[in-house]
Amino acid sequence: MWTWFYRLASPPYVYRVAARCTPWLLAGACIAMLYGLCDGLAFAPPDYQQGEAFRIIYVHVPAAVLSLFAYTLMATAGAIALIWRIKVGHAVAAAAAPVGASFTLLALITGSLWGKPMWGTYWAWDPRLTSELILLFLYFGVMSLRVAFEDPARGDRAAALLAIVGVVNVPIIHYSVQWWNSLHQGATIIQFGKPKIAGSMLWPLLAMLLGFMLFFGAVLCMRLRAEVLLRERQASWVRAAVQA
Amino acid sequence: MTVGMLRGITVVLRRELTLSLRRPDQILQPLVFFLIVTTLFPLSLSPEPRLLRQLAPGVLWVAALLASLLSLDGLFRGDADDGTLEQLALSGQSLNAIVVAKTVAHWLVSGACLVLVSPLVALALGIPIEAFGPMLSSLAMGTLTLSWLGAIGAGLTVGLKRGNVLLSLIVLPLSMPLLIFGASATDRAISGLAAAGPLYLLAAVCVLTTTLAPFAAAAALRITLE
Repeated sequence: MWTWFYRLASPPYVYRVAARCTPWLLAGACIAMLYGLCDGLAFAPPDYQQGEAFRIIYVHVPAAVLSLFAYTLMATAGAIALIWRIKVGHAVAAAAAPVGASFTLLALITGSLWGKPMWGTYWAWDPRLTSELILLFLYFGVMSLRVAFEDPARGDRAAALLAIVGVVNVPIIHYSVQWWNSLHQGATIIQFGKPKIAGSMLWPLLAMLLGFMLFFGAVLCMRLRAEVLLRERQASWVRAAVQA
Repeated sequence: MTVGMLRGITVVLRRELTLSLRRPDQILQPLVFFLIVTTLFPLSLSPEPRLLRQLAPGVLWVAALLASLLSLDGLFRGDADDGTLEQLALSGQSLNAIVVAKTVAHWLVSGACLVLVSPLVALALGIPIEAFGPMLSSLAMGTLTLSWLGAIGAGLTVGLKRGNVLLSLIVLPLSMPLLIFGASATDRAISGLAAAGPLYLLAAVCVLTTTLAPFAAAAALRITLE
């Protein structure tokens, strides 16, 4: 029953699986985002307070969710690689880090563009914004630590450890809007009970979230393949795969 | 021959303290740096007492953070370069105990000294004497937490030739919550409000790092040493 799981530790198998998944993930991402963008930007009703400007939510929220998701995935992959000495885990973590950092940057940029018309400023030193900025710095730290070592295996393990230590920041970001008085609005979707957002606005948002997830998966698979090829460049299966 | 863990910790601690006291200039330099940085703020912003009192907690905390960062790079480096660290790791003593001893020694010669000097700076910045209690306790807990976080960073970068900048890049983001709680405790004490809330949070962070950071730092050392 667990054999599929064990096989994920083998680089050639992961390489093939990633190659097979990429087109499906990309297609799903395109469909979900196309629906989400059309419905969200054109058909969802304007917000009673924020007017049309609220529509940036359809990029901002998925990017912010993905920034946390990618970090958690990176730390989990790093932990798996550290504990069970599965090298593919390091490849997954290395592939996820720049993508996660890009989502974090996207969330910060769209957030500040949204902040200008709503709060009257591009940036406020607010707990949610500051902790998201710390997340970006953490990504930078993990990425620079990985390449700092001459021995790549050491860099991998050091980066994995730092990623695990940085996980403490993830719940801080998620709960920052509840723990502190924040300019940023509270949780509207992920909470107990009914969401505080109208269905006509919610469905495109969920579609965009799904689209971003699938897009992240597709990009991760592509980067993972490159990463595995680079790491296994001495192996005979790589020569066979490249020549084929 | 193996010795008990407590005995091991005391031996390493005494060795570290003796080594540091033989080189008093290395203890004094970060303190002088701390004083100089705090002087820069009134010179560059404004010597106006009301404004200075408002800025004082931030100035104090940022300067303390930078000053303790300075000495962090040397936490494991000297011992790693001459092979002492490997011998300690091979001594049969758990690496956690060695990390605990070295980090506590580091805090005693950097953080604790910083706390002792801080009243001088606080007076110069116009912080009222009544606020000294929360200020000193927050600085003490904050620098201790910073030493633990720094031990993780120093362990990760000890194998690198130029790890200093990377060390700051790793430690500073992790230390931001510290800065928030510490500065807000001092700030509340200055304006005469109860500082207990941020102090308790800071104490919780301090306990958490004291409990978990030795394991992380020992794991980091194992990665870079082997």
